[in-house]
Amino acid sequence: MMKSLLYHARKSAALTVILLLSVLPACQQASTASASSAVPTAVSTATAAAVETTAAPTKPENPIVRLSTTTSVNDSGLLPELEKAFESSTGYDLEIIANGTGAAIKLGESGDADVLLVHAKASEEAFVTAGFGVERIPFMHNYFVIAGAPEDKAKVAACTDAVSAFKAIAAAKAAFVSRGDDSGTNKAELAIWKSAGITPSGDWYISAGKGMGSCLTMAGEMQAYILTDKATYLSTKAQTGLAICLGESEDMKNTYSLIAVNPDKNPGVNVKGAQAWIDFMLSDQARAMISDYGIKEYGEPLFFYDGSPS
Amino acid sequence: MTTFESVFAAFISGDGELYRILGLTVCMTLLSTGFSLLAGFPAGAFMASCSFPGKKMLRRIISTCMSLPPVVAGLFVFLLLSRRGPLGSLQLLFSLPAMVIAQFLLIFPIVVCLTLSAIESRQKAISQTIFTLGLPRYKTYLLMLWECRYNLLTVMLTGFGRSLSEVGAVMMVGGNIQGKTRVMTTAIMLETNKGNFGAAIALGLVLLLLAFLVNAIANHFQEADHD
Repeated sequence: MMKSLLYHARKSAALTVILLLSVLPACQQASTASASSAVPTAVSTATAAAVETTAAPTKPENPIVRLSTTTSVNDSGLLPELEKAFESSTGYDLEIIANGTGAAIKLGESGDADVLLVHAKASEEAFVTAGFGVERIPFMHNYFVIAGAPEDKAKVAACTDAVSAFKAIAAAKAAFVSRGDDSGTNKAELAIWKSAGITPSGDWYISAGKGMGSCLTMAGEMQAYILTDKATYLSTKAQTGLAICLGESEDMKNTYSLIAVNPDKNPGVNVKGAQAWIDFMLSDQARAMISDYGIKEYGEPLFFYDGSPS
Repeated sequence: MTTFESVFAAFISGDGELYRILGLTVCMTLLSTGFSLLAGFPAGAFMASCSFPGKKMLRRIISTCMSLPPVVAGLFVFLLLSRRGPLGSLQLLFSLPAMVIAQFLLIFPIVVCLTLSAIESRQKAISQTIFTLGLPRYKTYLLMLWECRYNLLTVMLTGFGRSLSEVGAVMMVGGNIQGKTRVMTTAIMLETNKGNFGAAIALGLVLLLLAFLVNAIANHFQEADHD
């Protein structure tokens, strides 16, 4: 056993070396390529920073701003666009960390993020009350929708609001996929069940514990109903084949907020950077970008701006 | 189960939710390892004792499959079982059988390869004895496997470990559905996403405890032989 193992080990070691040798030049090429492509960006940020120093003497001392957000915000594609505009106009480097809402807020509590962009009002208020956040700034909203198989066997389309739709689904015992992951969407869903006076349980209620995209895929496979944000729904519609059974209703409003992490609790956080990001998000430039987002691709806006730039 | 302490409290008090997850984990692991061994031991024994054209190539392909990424296996099974896939009518997606199928794809190659090397390493010593007995072929295989039983126990543990620790494929085809397909690894991922890091660590420790128990039993048999 030992002998043959040794033999095999030697043989495979030799093979590995050969493999590595053949791969190394490719890696070097790749790294030089990425280095050369990185040069212009570095130059442009440098010029941007230089322009800024001449315009405003306060060049960011600590250029890294860590933004903790939820997957649905990041997946919609809006955030990467805002990030680019923010970085080129201020010289800051925004690092986006996307997690479930629970984890996103935890990163603020532990000081591993400088600013939050989340959508779970109760948790946000608790976060601020506990002293972890400076202030909750609601700045935009959109609506959750109830998606389901086009047949709509629970007749959700005939309902006027989410509460009555949920009652219809429970009464029909129609399959319903829940995020089940404490995310902002999950919390909104649970709040609707509560208003409907129903504790959902049974085979028809599927608590998946996955992200929005995966849950939509699952709902498509199971021909189940699901509460989803519109942006993620639209981007997966072609694969899932689900239809919107109930669109905008006031009890499905989904408000997004910004919260700067409180430096009193976590002295290491980048206060100036967080403020710069919040100022940018409340600017006219961000207002235009948010209000226009999605019109080109889907023919309708995905987010509605609430921030009040002075 | 949201904090480190609450998971252990649930573990000690026999909480239904945690034990359902543990039960599903054990069930899945036993099934996927069991099927992989049932198919992999004979396949390994066959490959060790026969020579046929393309054997070397087959061996290389199978050993490459040992490094099959779980998400790729998961994706393959997902597409196969999806409503629009070729086996969609079976409605197996997001169920325990789907998880077992995906894990079989991951563990079977490991079992074949390790069985093959285990037998080959002892072949010279045992083949003369076995072949002179003039037994029917299937008995020869059984005898060969029996001669290597302590090595095969290690093979079994390797397959078991892979099954127990795997998360990518089971997440994809199982779907982490509470009470139905949620196992220890997907529960750990969920708690991590929720920000319940303490609970995630505690669940990880419970999983390790399970692995320790199985290894302790297997090692006991191995040691009994050497003493």
